[in-house]
Amino acid sequence: MSAVLQLTSVTKSFGAVRALKGVSFELRAGEVHALLGENGAGKSTLIKIITGAHQPDGGTLEIGGQQVAQLTPQAAHRLGIACIYQQPALFPDLTVSENIGLRLESVSVLRRVNWSARRERAAQLLQRLGADISPDAEAGSLSMPEQQLVEIACALGAGARIVIMDEPTASLTQKEQHRLFTVVRELRASGVGVIYISHRLEEIFALADRVTVLRDGESVGTRNIGAGQSAVARCMANERPESPHPGPLPGGEGERQPATRPAVRVPFAEPLTTILPLPSGEGRGEGVRDSRPAGPPNPSTPPITESELIRLMVGREVSSIYPAAEGEPGEVVLALSDLGCTAGGVRHITLDVRAGEIVGLAGLVGAGRTELARVLFGLTPADSGEIHLNGHSVSIRSPQEAVAHGIAYVPEDRRRHGVILEMPIAHNLTMAIHPRLFPGTWLRFGAERSHALESMRDLAVKAAGPDAPGGSLSGGNQQKVALARWLATKPRVLILDEPTQGVDVGAKSEIHKIIRRLAQQGMAVLLISSDLPEVLGMSDRIAVMRGAEIVAMMPRGTEAHAVMAAALGQGRGES
Amino acid sequence: MKRHFREFSVTGALLLLLVSLAIFAPNFFEPQPLLSRLTAAAPKLVVACGIALVILSRQIDISVGSLFAVCSLSAGLLAAAKLSLPVAVLASVGLGAVGGALNGALVAVLRLPSIVVTLATMVMWREGLRLAQQGVFVNLPDGVQWFGLPMAAGQGIVCGLALVVLLALAYALRFLAVGRFVYAVGSDAEAARLAGIRPRLVTFGVFILLGALTGLAAVMNLVQSPQVDPSTGRMLELEAIAAVVVGGVAVSGGRGNLWGVLAGFLLLACITPALTYLDVKPYWDKAIQGAVILLAVVADGVRRRKLNR
Repeated sequence: MSAVLQLTSVTKSFGAVRALKGVSFELRAGEVHALLGENGAGKSTLIKIITGAHQPDGGTLEIGGQQVAQLTPQAAHRLGIACIYQQPALFPDLTVSENIGLRLESVSVLRRVNWSARRERAAQLLQRLGADISPDAEAGSLSMPEQQLVEIACALGAGARIVIMDEPTASLTQKEQHRLFTVVRELRASGVGVIYISHRLEEIFALADRVTVLRDGESVGTRNIGAGQSAVARCMANERPESPHPGPLPGGEGERQPATRPAVRVPFAEPLTTILPLPSGEGRGEGVRDSRPAGPPNPSTPPITESELIRLMVGREVSSIYPAAEGEPGEVVLALSDLGCTAGGVRHITLDVRAGEIVGLAGLVGAGRTELARVLFGLTPADSGEIHLNGHSVSIRSPQEAVAHGIAYVPEDRRRHGVILEMPIAHNLTMAIHPRLFPGTWLRFGAERSHALESMRDLAVKAAGPDAPGGSLSGGNQQKVALARWLATKPRVLILDEPTQGVDVGAKSEIHKIIRRLAQQGMAVLLISSDLPEVLGMSDRIAVMRGAEIVAMMPRGTEAHAVMAAALGQGRGES
Repeated sequence: MKRHFREFSVTGALLLLLVSLAIFAPNFFEPQPLLSRLTAAAPKLVVACGIALVILSRQIDISVGSLFAVCSLSAGLLAAAKLSLPVAVLASVGLGAVGGALNGALVAVLRLPSIVVTLATMVMWREGLRLAQQGVFVNLPDGVQWFGLPMAAGQGIVCGLALVVLLALAYALRFLAVGRFVYAVGSDAEAARLAGIRPRLVTFGVFILLGALTGLAAVMNLVQSPQVDPSTGRMLELEAIAAVVVGGVAVSGGRGNLWGVLAGFLLLACITPALTYLDVKPYWDKAIQGAVILLAVVADGVRRRKLNR
């Protein structure tokens, strides 16, 4: 196993901020190396150094055994480094083959485009990924995971030896994740070194060979991942569907051509950049560890467990992951009967949420969970069925009415819609309570400031002060501000949509404690989350949605595979 | 200081210009010509304040010049028909508000892009006016110019009106909830909607306000001369937008304030006379104005790049 990438004691400062204080990192050919760390630990800076976007201040960077000084993005591309971001950067109005062509073909301005060759190559690359995407489709019409696959096809076509994936599963459904994992395993099997960044530990345990943990700009350790897997990871591994065609490509054996496919020469043809055909039998889906390539990582370091890993990340013990409920829930606060909204994409929703209860909404992305939240908040008002609040039938036609009825909605994607980045934190915090805090239309800055300070103290928001702009906060703290804004409305029903997405482990557990505390204070909480362990751990009851409907109600303590089976539709969902 | 760097720097540039004028051309500060210049500029300031609100809420309006002409002419015709001046003023403001409401409705209700909507209404008002009026000037009866008062008093009223509008809007932006909403909608309309604000209502409102202010500005301009030129208000939208941009209001919405707009407006308004007083050839006027605008935009670009890093 040769190191395709070797960073030694890399440092980087931005002004007075030392983003990297000495990071050493090694990526071998044919391994998936997870990079883990809380937000702000230095992951993105490190990635930017590897992709040539930033120059390191100190330390050395070796690519393919050669020391590289002054790496530029162009040089990184030429050296076979590709990065697949969470949000694919394709040109939405161009077709898939045009997008691939733009990345891979030479850039001379007067070059004549060979359309058929361009299309042919795109089709070939996509087929190798087992992606059922037409090369003539406009990139903007593809779903997020399809766009990711196109990005991966570009990396493949460029003969990347080092592929960086930055939270690639953040917006994928379970099925799409599996397909992505298969592709990643294939890349690994063909000798590519994959740097995999994710906040989801179970993914790292399911996929990675080694993990390097960054904390406060330093690499605090590189560990093997092996036998000591967590229950969650095992569960994930077990319920991974057993395909009748366990080939790495979802299309099955017919499309694989393992024996006959020639090695593909790539444009920047150094010998190393040749992608080898897959050895047959590699990357089969029988079990996670079976599909590892030969060459185990350094045997002197024992495999790491999930709790050790978390400890390594946060540098402290995160006590019992999920706070438990105390006492019985109270009266039914929110009752939905046969609620539906044709335009909003939900139907036949019947659900009770009691005071003091957290009801989890599980399901795949696109199953209708966010859509239900939007109906309840009046963004896409219901057109059938009834909503009862504390026993009274209400109609909710607009967010204003929802707020007036005591419903609060903390939306997903807080970067875009939860917090207004340009506005001071204090203004963000009072946004939803203007009528109460400022009776009459005059603002009262004193009241606003003291309210802001109180909320920030209450939820332990780490910020320079109430006047700092929302954009200056870390993800976890932005989420707390978004939450605090709605808590200020003193809601009876609190709807949380992906409250910990992209939040680091420490802040995640803080947010979990806050949610439980709010429920304890008598709020009825509806928790939407794609993080299965979170839904299982936090919820008193779990409603599973599939195809715009609630398909199952499950009690606390339900096994993950049962929930997932319901979300997938008992065996009908996959394969 | 850091948050208001743009406003400070524009104010600094303005002061620098005024100080150099004080040293090299003290004649510039003679009261009567100075008051005349300020009076002539006052209507543009009123329009610039309205445009600032529209830009803060992440929209644009390029139809104000044409609407200004329509309002001027209507008020002039009413005054020429011997209706009392207050009626003409109300009609002008009302007509402006209706014109603004048309833009606002198309933008907020039908969700059309404001640049296209106001481009259409700009052409519509201007060409409609040309068709109706055929370029004929309207002569105003006595008692309209300077509101029938001595010239100095009339000038005082015009400048005072502009100041009142500026202060009232600046106050509303800072101290009223609705001002906060303008910033919120301009920063992130969807986030504002999810926070229980009605972005479309806010957008509709700022367009109506801009229209009404345009109508008011038309009257403030009307009373300064004995007749109304039907081609009045040409390039007004560009001058007003330039003042707003130079004053540090972000074209991407949500950032800036009226103090900056005032400073930017005065800076641009002082350049032309300053050149005369400083013996610079007047050919340089537009080039220098353009350079100032470019400088402001570049400063914003650099600043944004720093923020994003």
